Amino acid sequence: MIMEPDRYELNEKPAYRFDLNRREWFEALGGGFLVLVLAADVEGQESGGGGRRGGFRGAPLPQEVGAWLHIGQDSAITVFTGKVEVGQNIRTSLAQAVAEELRAPVESVRMVMGDTALCPFDMGTFGSMTTPMMSPQLRRAAATAREGLIDLAAKQWNADRASISVRDGRVVNGSQSATFGELTRGQKLVATIPANPPLTPARDWKVMDQPVRKVNAREIVTGAHKYPSDMSAPGMLFGKVVRPPAFGAKLASVDSKAAESIPGVTVVRDGDFLAVAAPDPRTAEQAAAAVRASWKTEPQPSWRELFEYLKANPAGEPQRAQHSGSVEAALLSAEVKLRQTYHIAYIAHAPLEPRAALAEWSEDGRLTVWTGTQRPFGVRSELAQAFHLPEDRVHVLMPDMGSGYGGKHTGECAIEAARIAKAANRPVKLVWTREEEFTWAYFRPAGVIEIASGARRDGTITAWDFHNYNSGAAGIRGTYNIANQRVEFHPAKSPLRQGSYRALAATANHFARESHIDELAHAVGMDPLEFRLHNLTDERQKNVLKAAAEKFRWTGFKSGAGRGRGIACGFDKNGYVATCVDLSIDQRGAVKLHRVVTAWDSGAVVNPDGLRNQIEGANVMGIGGALFEAIEFENGRVLNPRFSKYRVPRFSDVPAIETVLVGSKDVQPAGAGEIPIVGLAPAIGNAVFAATGVRLRSLPLAPQGVPAGAA
Amino acid sequence: MAIELNINGMARRAEVDPQTSLLSTLRDYLGLTGAKYGCGEGQCGACTVLIDGKATRSCITPVGSAAGRKITTIEGLSVNGRLHPLQQAFIDVDAMQCGYCTPGMIMSGVALLDRNPNPSRDDIIHAMQGNICRCGTYPRIIEAVRLASMAARRTAR
Repeated sequence: MIMEPDRYELNEKPAYRFDLNRREWFEALGGGFLVLVLAADVEGQESGGGGRRGGFRGAPLPQEVGAWLHIGQDSAITVFTGKVEVGQNIRTSLAQAVAEELRAPVESVRMVMGDTALCPFDMGTFGSMTTPMMSPQLRRAAATAREGLIDLAAKQWNADRASISVRDGRVVNGSQSATFGELTRGQKLVATIPANPPLTPARDWKVMDQPVRKVNAREIVTGAHKYPSDMSAPGMLFGKVVRPPAFGAKLASVDSKAAESIPGVTVVRDGDFLAVAAPDPRTAEQAAAAVRASWKTEPQPSWRELFEYLKANPAGEPQRAQHSGSVEAALLSAEVKLRQTYHIAYIAHAPLEPRAALAEWSEDGRLTVWTGTQRPFGVRSELAQAFHLPEDRVHVLMPDMGSGYGGKHTGECAIEAARIAKAANRPVKLVWTREEEFTWAYFRPAGVIEIASGARRDGTITAWDFHNYNSGAAGIRGTYNIANQRVEFHPAKSPLRQGSYRALAATANHFARESHIDELAHAVGMDPLEFRLHNLTDERQKNVLKAAAEKFRWTGFKSGAGRGRGIACGFDKNGYVATCVDLSIDQRGAVKLHRVVTAWDSGAVVNPDGLRNQIEGANVMGIGGALFEAIEFENGRVLNPRFSKYRVPRFSDVPAIETVLVGSKDVQPAGAGEIPIVGLAPAIGNAVFAATGVRLRSLPLAPQGVPAGAA
Repeated sequence: MAIELNINGMARRAEVDPQTSLLSTLRDYLGLTGAKYGCGEGQCGACTVLIDGKATRSCITPVGSAAGRKITTIEGLSVNGRLHPLQQAFIDVDAMQCGYCTPGMIMSGVALLDRNPNPSRDDIIHAMQGNICRCGTYPRIIEAVRLASMAARRTAR
């Protein structure tokens, strides 16, 4: 059967409808040169993950526009894309791609992103797809524009095309030159991308492959950049939702007289939704507290019985990711046998900017919402459905937001703000509190992973039986050569609302697999690096392992007496990673990371410094999930919904982080915002074992420190 | 009631309950949105401003208690468009991803550099421990503070 590796990437089917009126749009831009990127150019290549719910991979798509690039009569280069900037630096890296092909300065490229009225439909910014999918298409669009400008110049100057070049934002023929705007003045040129526009080969890149500074860095360091939660509108009110005491609670009765008697306050009740609007945030809080509501709640599982619950509550048939050879027989006859279970807790994304939305209704019933989301078009669909509107009456704008990590795919805050605004008949801003963000968003799935394996005494793995309950199937297949394999994902009923998280289930699957591989290496008495290389033939996987080990100085490192080294490797979304960790454990069991070395291969590099920043960030974020983050819950309530109770990585947790980039320029660049995270947790677990002899098999590994002696 | 405030060297007046947080007053009444909400319990540092030069969590500071004192926000850090050395250092080492924590990080760093112009790595970690960056740019932030301290000493010489 067909796997759905990204089961939790999206919660619902995307609706794609985009009514492009090119003529109207062009008139708004005032002429110039427009290059259209057809949607099929972008989406049609999305084959990396196999089939998906919603059918947008491999399924036929409307022949619509996926992005466009405009060169104005003032020479301004503007790119319109539905992708959004959430901290992964694509506002800069996409501008670099366009600047490269147009031979223009990066500063001359303006990116308009995630505005559903101006930008063409895009499914969303997730799955590390921007760099491999959108970036090449924008390069092709820019190359098309460049060649078109040369054609224009040749015609206007009556010159030989071959003698004309483009450099520093000008078209040049000997002593004659013109800006892009001078050439396009008074014209309305539209082009689509030909089959093979001449792209600049990686070896000739001058702007790409450079550590270009973030294009809006100055706005960020001066506080001038407006995040979604910074938006405001004249006459705006502040919303506050009256939350139920537990997930799934039903509103039994409400007494809102006291709240309504506060001047300027509106109380909204719609089904189980209860909220207030007030002229200022403090009054909104007071009004929400004055609403007396009683709720009906149901008993629900707690985090203490979570793993038993997931095993006992399947949601559908197991999905087979891989089956080869004869697993049962190989397990029985193996010289060395191992069987272990690994656990993965729910964790929260906890983006520093919680969900926020500003919603405004026009007199004729059009809805405009500024909100932080990785899927502005998905949120537009959610709003259209919630308010029974056609999508062309809903406009979603996405100012570059305070990140998401896969946690802001949905539009609940936008819907809430819009519902309150509708009742109050004024623009309404709603910013979730930290507690709301920890409670009413969604979580990285928890899971149970059972592995049975067998190996020969010479270190060859002969059998691999891998079962993942609920975590998800991303990265479920390793790169090891094993003759007899069964790899299955078992969907389960989740007690908590769950969804995407940076790298999805690849983190859980790599943790279990790479911990188990380490256990097997010890069982056959081989060095963990040597054992991995012995069972791999994938050259790129082996290369990152060797590169990380060399930089780390793996050979010669002495583990023991509370100090240990650990290694892990992995692959997903066309990125290869290997991670080495050096750590120590003090007498209280506290883990101190000293050094992390990551070797990474995602092919050609667009912005080496931006890439290093992403890899460092993935490692730092990964420390939390690896060592101490876990959502505690009981009866439909989150018990630790604050930073004072839910520990995230801080300055003192951070080791020296070194990155080795080993990608080849000849390989198409893959995305890198996610997968570098997957090596860290198993490398830490393996290093803890090397240091202490204690094998930890649950994420987080050591929320209360490493227990003594419980191997 | 009206509260008189001294923000970035200017007299500002806000019609606000004195128990309202300084953060909400800045953001919701005075249009200064550089300081951010991150937790509301003084745990993340996104709301950090300087009060009489000291790094202060504005989300748990009632505005009444800040009346008449010298408040500096991220908007007031650059002078005539010239960035503070720490702002410039953040740009130079790309010490940000989404940038939401950046204003608070910079204000904490400025307060540190003002009282300790030559901080060690441990000094920096200690002073910044209350600021959270979920994107994980801590190593670059440490580098930015170090770079700014060197730049300041060069200028002083």
